[in-house]
Amino acid sequence: MTAQTNIAITPELIKAHGLKPDEYQRILDLIGREPSFTELGIFSAMWNEHCSYKSSKKWLRTLPTSGPLVIQGPGENAGVVDIGDGDCVVFKMESHNHPSYIEPYQGAATGVGGILRDVFTMGARPIAAMNALRFGAPDHPKTRHLVAGVVSGVGGYGNSFGVPTVGGEVNFDARYNGNILVNAFAAGIAKTDAIFYSKAEGVGLPVVYLGAKTGRDGVGGATMASAEFDDKIEEKRPTVQVGDPFTEKCLLEACLELMASGAVIAIQDMGAAGLTCSAVEMGAKGDLGILLDLDKVPVREERMSAYEMMLSESQERMLMVLRPEKEKEAEAIFRKWDLDFAVVGHTTDDLRFRIVHQGDEAANLPIKDLGDKAPEYDRPWVEPRKREPLAADDIPQADVADALLKMLGGPDLSSRRWVWEQYDTLIQGNSLQLPGGDAGVVRVEGHATKALAFASDVTPRYCEADPFEGGKQAVAECWRNLTATGADPLAATDNLNFGNPERPEIMGQFVHAIKGIGEACRALGFPIVSGNVSLYNETNGQGILPTPTIGGVGLLPDWSKMMRVGFAGERQVILLVGAPPAWGTHLAQSIYMRDIHGRTDGPPPPVDLAHEKRVGDFVRKLIRSGTATAVHDCSDGGLAVALAEMAIASGIGATIPGLTGTDPIPVFFGEDQGRYLVTLDLDPQSDGMTAIWDEAKSLGIHAPWIGTTGGAELKLGGARAIPVAELKSVHESWFPRFMDGK
Amino acid sequence: MKTAVVLLPGLNRDRDMIAALTKISGKAPVTVWQTDTEIPDVDLIAIPGGFSFGDYLRCGAIAARSPVMRAVAEKAAKGVQVIGVCNGFQILVEAGLLPGALMRNSSLKFVCREVKLQVANANTAFTRNYAPGQIIRAPIAHHDGNYFADDETLKRIEGGGQVVFRYAEGTNPNGSINDIAGIINTNGNVLGLMPHPENLIEAAHGGTDGRGLFESALGIPSRQAA
Amino acid sequence: MIKARVTVTLKNGVLDPQGKAIEHALSGLGFGGVGSVRQGKVFDLELQETDKAKAEAELKAMCDKLLANTVIENYNVSLT
Repeated sequence: MTAQTNIAITPELIKAHGLKPDEYQRILDLIGREPSFTELGIFSAMWNEHCSYKSSKKWLRTLPTSGPLVIQGPGENAGVVDIGDGDCVVFKMESHNHPSYIEPYQGAATGVGGILRDVFTMGARPIAAMNALRFGAPDHPKTRHLVAGVVSGVGGYGNSFGVPTVGGEVNFDARYNGNILVNAFAAGIAKTDAIFYSKAEGVGLPVVYLGAKTGRDGVGGATMASAEFDDKIEEKRPTVQVGDPFTEKCLLEACLELMASGAVIAIQDMGAAGLTCSAVEMGAKGDLGILLDLDKVPVREERMSAYEMMLSESQERMLMVLRPEKEKEAEAIFRKWDLDFAVVGHTTDDLRFRIVHQGDEAANLPIKDLGDKAPEYDRPWVEPRKREPLAADDIPQADVADALLKMLGGPDLSSRRWVWEQYDTLIQGNSLQLPGGDAGVVRVEGHATKALAFASDVTPRYCEADPFEGGKQAVAECWRNLTATGADPLAATDNLNFGNPERPEIMGQFVHAIKGIGEACRALGFPIVSGNVSLYNETNGQGILPTPTIGGVGLLPDWSKMMRVGFAGERQVILLVGAPPAWGTHLAQSIYMRDIHGRTDGPPPPVDLAHEKRVGDFVRKLIRSGTATAVHDCSDGGLAVALAEMAIASGIGATIPGLTGTDPIPVFFGEDQGRYLVTLDLDPQSDGMTAIWDEAKSLGIHAPWIGTTGGAELKLGGARAIPVAELKSVHESWFPRFMDGK
Repeated sequence: MKTAVVLLPGLNRDRDMIAALTKISGKAPVTVWQTDTEIPDVDLIAIPGGFSFGDYLRCGAIAARSPVMRAVAEKAAKGVQVIGVCNGFQILVEAGLLPGALMRNSSLKFVCREVKLQVANANTAFTRNYAPGQIIRAPIAHHDGNYFADDETLKRIEGGGQVVFRYAEGTNPNGSINDIAGIINTNGNVLGLMPHPENLIEAAHGGTDGRGLFESALGIPSRQAA
Repeated sequence: MIKARVTVTLKNGVLDPQGKAIEHALSGLGFGGVGSVRQGKVFDLELQETDKAKAEAELKAMCDKLLANTVIENYNVSLT
């Protein structure tokens, strides 16, 4: 490996760095000379889509990001929301899509590592993780290998680090064949008076490098994350970084110890283009320059060039600005955990980003411009094509029982036990609800009754059919899932996965999804406090389904009143709260239409946000008053699937007589939004019941009594009764059978 | 009742163990760090679960050779009660304080779920609050819990009542020989088990079946005692 | 300086699920003639020692004390 200092800057080299000719011209205008090779690398890292958000910034600004409880919105390592009693929850979701496709185990593992680091960088101890995973068609030759690798990588990192994985999603669609999605969420708890930020303060203070050594991992990785795949993807393998959860666990403990000592002024985790992005961010935010001496950087490979060190994505590293008088104490903490600790530079007052390596100045750039003057695009977009609704009499028929069994035993609705049993869901001893319900719930340590709920949602086929409604629905379903446990939804993080934004139809999806997300977040009082954008998820011009994943957090004041999805007992009343008069009506874009009839035409179910809010608040009230005994939202698969899930979770059956004179197909399989199944241990003739109906009516909420729990079978209308044991066995068998290759 | 918890880099159920011992004994345990060469006088030393030193090389191998484990061995030789859970069990085995070895799960996958345990020997300091043959619930979370011992060792530990817990009702999650989930040394003061009793001690955990083990060891009567 | 390679393998009779899985995968790839696969570990070491006999003794001690778990594993030391 040569020192790479005298490399000529050619148009090919500029292109290889993902910089467009006009972007390069902008660099020339900014610095008034030709950049060095290292400087070109720095610009390419700072100005690529992944770091600069150049295509998305304009639209991200339209999202609601503040609220009475929001302490920190987007722009830091993670969002921060007040949960009372001096505590706050710190969380974010981030994608690691491209690396996971290339090397599923390490890609997923380092995705988990990165998001955990984002959380503890802010002074929070991670308490929960989730993963939203999208794979290609089950019969695609790479899918099984990718599922096995990603799941094992997520578990391998999270389990070893010691955070419970309490929720997530796994879906399959041929549109992800060449671009899988790995969206990792993490949340932690910190004290509101001990949150740490990346903004450096004070001139001449030591910039300290902490954690693992720097190698050549992922050099060019951030550039890769913003490049479309082609058939040569296999050649890109060497840039994948390798995770070391053991070092990260030590880094967590060392960082929290260091923060408690009062030594930390600013801290930034080294993620994409590690040293470059972290140093620039700390300096630019604090209106300070940074001088780095690369000879001081701990390295694990020989003869590394300045270029490689500045772009390395070696994992488990942090950059901090420390109080000089605490330097020795800080070093002792890191030595105790056997981690590297090196003063690699200092803050300056010249607003320059200067890199010195082996006596040479490898870079000298205006620090504010690297971030603030990044290109920003108002990319052209086109209005997505509206889909015609299905004709009123277009109701393809099937046997209700057969259809239900087929859907429950299919790729999208079957149990994900095979996946989440590979994750440690119990560690830390605070898990109250594990994956498989509406949301994961974790106790707040040190508090007698409080708990946090976590859910991750999006329905990509809805987004494809109508990005605006799909964006709304992703937010609404997440909010609904939190509500179903009894939690007050607090705030959300978004992980926006789309295709190539340079194509106007893709940009149109992006713009409309954001508009939908924004509208829903405003209507539901559910601000977006952190997030991540992943564009260029395309292979050979074929984009993924638009997938704006929403990760939400809710607060339960008293977990003893928490709801679960399983029926709580026999002979209980089942209400369908928020139902239209015919219980269910909207079949277009349903799982029923897709999986039973192979149809994907028509618009997705619309979300009436005002109704959504009223219904959710009403359900939460039924939970808080101790009236509800079990709650489950109706989503994919409609009423039939939601009832089956409640039966499977409890082993208790139910009888649902159905509506006479109404076609049972839309009733049981329609995916109308804003509906919850709520069970009550009340006599339907009682005053208590009447009071509930009166209140619902006064709020304009239809809450029909649709049936009663009990027995060992699920009986839907006139369809044959299905034993709960059969539902369970069908539900549980698809995933293990698929992974066994049978 | 005084207790101590061993801390090693990479362990991650240390906080769970500390919480359990604090709640059950009414007093926070003292903690001892990997480099400590002495352990204060306590009634029970616990080695928690996790991935000590990343479980690189073999699970528990590097931890077993740390200075603090020499101190644990000295205490064990003097009759102090020692319990190793999950990685703690692996460390005790690697340190030679318990016989056999823990290998990769037969499924080759990490597995986290609830299993049933049969109390195979209720006549030990760690299980006297349980009834003989009692079936209890227990969470597990491990990648390498497949207990193995050669024929001769197996005969010896089976014959000597050293098998304390067995996976019951067909719930063996890892392929352990003879469904072995936990074993004790010949002196009866060192216990290792793969399941996590510390994660099933209060209502929020959905049950209290794990309490009996700590209560036995600490001489506290259990409500569930037979 | 002496360079050495230590190989650690499972003892005969100890079940090797990883080896079994590899064997299965190989047959899936069309390598039908594979009778059995046993997997293990390789350590390459560089020793300051110059005396081969001493180096070998030292390496065996390393294996007994750390590199191998002699309850389930065998080891082999070779100097290169």
